[in-house]
Amino acid sequence: MENQNKFTLSRRNFIRTSALASGGLLIGFNFLTSCGETAAPPVDISKLDFKDFNAFIKIAENGYVTIFSPNPEIGQGVKTSMPMIIAEELDVPWDHVSVEQGALDTTNFSRQVAGGSQSIRFGWDALRQTGATAKQMLINAAAAKWGVEASTCSASNGIIKNSNGDELGYGDVVNEAAHLEIPEDVALKTTKDYKIIGKDAINVDIDAIITGKPLFGLDYVAENMSYVSVIRPPAFGQKINTFDDTAAKAVNGVSEVVQFGDKIAVLASNTWAAMKGKKTLKVQWTNDSNLENTADHDAELFKILDGKNLEIRREDGNVKQAFAEADKVLERTYESPFLPHNCMEPMNFYANVTADKVHLVGPIQTPAGTARRIADLINRSEEDIHLEMTRMGGGFGRRLYGDFALEAAEISNLTKQPVKVIFSREDDMAAGIYRPAIKYRIAASIKDGNVTGYHLKEAAINSNMYGLIPHFFPAGAIKNYKVESGNYQSNITTGAWRAPYTNFLAFAEQSFFDELAELLETDPIQLRLDLLKNVKDGEDPNIQYSAKRMTDTINLVAKKSNWGNTKDGIYQGFAAYYSHNTHVAEVVDITLKNGLPLVEKVTVAVDCGIVVNPTGAKNQVEGGVIDGIGHAMYGDFSFENGQPQHVNFNTYRLIRMKETPIIETYFVDNNLSPTGLGEPGLPPAGGALANAIKAATGQLLTKQPFVKSIQKYEANLKV
Amino acid sequence: MASYNLKINGKAVAVTVDDDTPLLWVLRDELNLVGTKFGCGIAQCGACTVHLDGTAVRSCSIPMASLEGANITTIEGLSDDKLHPVQEAWKELDVPQCGYCQAGQIMTATSFLKQNPNPNSEQIRTAMNGNLCRCASYNRIEKAVALAAKKMS
Ligand code: FES
Ligand code: FES
Repeated sequence: MENQNKFTLSRRNFIRTSALASGGLLIGFNFLTSCGETAAPPVDISKLDFKDFNAFIKIAENGYVTIFSPNPEIGQGVKTSMPMIIAEELDVPWDHVSVEQGALDTTNFSRQVAGGSQSIRFGWDALRQTGATAKQMLINAAAAKWGVEASTCSASNGIIKNSNGDELGYGDVVNEAAHLEIPEDVALKTTKDYKIIGKDAINVDIDAIITGKPLFGLDYVAENMSYVSVIRPPAFGQKINTFDDTAAKAVNGVSEVVQFGDKIAVLASNTWAAMKGKKTLKVQWTNDSNLENTADHDAELFKILDGKNLEIRREDGNVKQAFAEADKVLERTYESPFLPHNCMEPMNFYANVTADKVHLVGPIQTPAGTARRIADLINRSEEDIHLEMTRMGGGFGRRLYGDFALEAAEISNLTKQPVKVIFSREDDMAAGIYRPAIKYRIAASIKDGNVTGYHLKEAAINSNMYGLIPHFFPAGAIKNYKVESGNYQSNITTGAWRAPYTNFLAFAEQSFFDELAELLETDPIQLRLDLLKNVKDGEDPNIQYSAKRMTDTINLVAKKSNWGNTKDGIYQGFAAYYSHNTHVAEVVDITLKNGLPLVEKVTVAVDCGIVVNPTGAKNQVEGGVIDGIGHAMYGDFSFENGQPQHVNFNTYRLIRMKETPIIETYFVDNNLSPTGLGEPGLPPAGGALANAIKAATGQLLTKQPFVKSIQKYEANLKV
Repeated sequence: MASYNLKINGKAVAVTVDDDTPLLWVLRDELNLVGTKFGCGIAQCGACTVHLDGTAVRSCSIPMASLEGANITTIEGLSDDKLHPVQEAWKELDVPQCGYCQAGQIMTATSFLKQNPNPNSEQIRTAMNGNLCRCASYNRIEKAVALAAKKMS
């Protein structure tokens, strides 16, 4: 993980160059797999093909650099930060660099998933190598021109110099460089020489965003395209019995009504007509399977927690014995609801299925998988599928699932015309792929003032914590440790939601630790630090958090938040969590206004390694923390007879500006490889908030959303 | 169907649409002014905010029937060549994340600053409370409104 100059991929395998017919050097690279033997970048810049390459760098004859990447942007800022890394090693002034989204028009893209906060982590080494290799090629070209040894030349800010004092701009040698061998063993910069990495760079799409240029899927239009509104079963577990589309077809602008599976599409000449047509459809639904209720889910999940059929996910020592020998035992159960993603841009997709190709355009985090599923669905070869990604008005996990793209393809295939499926907010919230409702039961044993045992059970709808989550803190810090999980299979669709599982697990554990600290009569931060002392970094390959990094992060937040030394009337709550390879610690400050908690400030310390773009990084952290607070506080979603009880923002509450605390973000200063930031700010927020509310009011919160319990608490106080 | 004459971003525009069509869909689907966004359709999120005679309104909830002769400004017409000071502030503070809500935020902010050129933080928070940002760029929006006020004074 150290930022050393080691890299295993041979550059010959993942970089290729070409001389552009219009002049200039084009570098294609692929940092996940090596390029095919015959892969070659085009000589015509309008023919960029992302089949063999993840991205291209064009260096023009005027020395200006354009980076073409098909990577979709969901708001995590990678479209800015990844080119910064290339520009740093290439050593060009940042204002000579522009970034363009390459239209991805192939099914064979190699790595195109925006999710999991991993883009930077995977790209770091390769992006630096690519920039450094290009720089060396330019130096080599200049040296040849001068007839000197390349080793006597250097380059910086787009200018190459030799020891005689001669200078050439990058643009002056691009055409020569295009014909040179790709050098091996180029040196990378050390962090102290960074000029671009670590400095604020404004979002490269800023002008287009603030002037309202078409960028998003919803903004895409094509000639003769029909706007489509789809009616889907109103409840999970229902299907179509009969329907009457007479009224819908009479709506001005509606051209066609067509059933596909258990859905009906209304095609029209504009969005409003499509939506109106849909509202006038008369559909009789019948029950196909169970119509589920939140109350039943609660009962089922409690049954799992109380039962004996859980799957062991990690077990250290002997938990049973630790509890048997304990002086004290603490046990709590934590509950969370389903949550919809509610991307600000509702789901939508364009499809035009014709005899020779299938053209798809829209906001999707998983283009490759989605293209494959569409090929299967409409029985076409994958070669026929051409999928273009647009900017996305938020993702949060929802756009990993291509259901909306499949709908568009199916409708276009049936009606033989270009269509754009547009979800209303009601469609978006009611046909969700929700964060599953989850309950945790945590117990700890205390003996002689130490935590001797820890037992966590997870009961979730449909699926359980994945990957290394069972090995997150406090795994390794408590001798007798056990994590178990079980699930209840529901017909309600569930999936990844920003920081899957940890978005709620962190709250449960971090509030639990606060109570443990109280029992042990120790400071909550001190308890974490003491536990971390039991962990030896690197000893257990499954344990990927670092006790040292977590300790540093916690110490930083304690200092910056004035932990324990606040003014009267301010109550603090602490939480720390490692997820997505990033360590985060947060302190929430609240005050009481008429007895109600008011979240004033959150101090955040983050160890994400080298911070490539501080302004972008802080934006991610601020967003993640407020998101965590907002959903812990207000996110309330339940089902009655298979139907979601909220479908728009009039009753489904999202955090708004007035409820938003000020976020102060501090980064741990180190030279380690950068890790992701889209998600890790979120998980600790709910726990830190609950702990602050407990400090202020004494009220213990174990169930999200907090606002419900707080209201109950308030009502009781008044009696 | 009926014909409507509007002034949009300073230009006279005539459209023929059903009279219950919300302004939002006329802008987006008929006039290809897609900077104005759809978020909820029920005046709850502010993504569709435009100016009607200089005042911020929710275009998703205003039917064309009430708009004959109206003077509308959208994000595309907020400034001519250069950025409006509010847009400048948005850029300087690197406000957007996904960016989807930001046109609506900017339209609300510009109209608010016209009414209250020198707001305090409480007033900014109240004025901007109707605009949702799912990415929660709220801290920066608040700062950008304050910065824009400073730029314009
Ligand atoms: S779309 Fe108009 S307020 Fe949400
Ligand atoms: S920036 Fe994404 S919704 Fe506001």
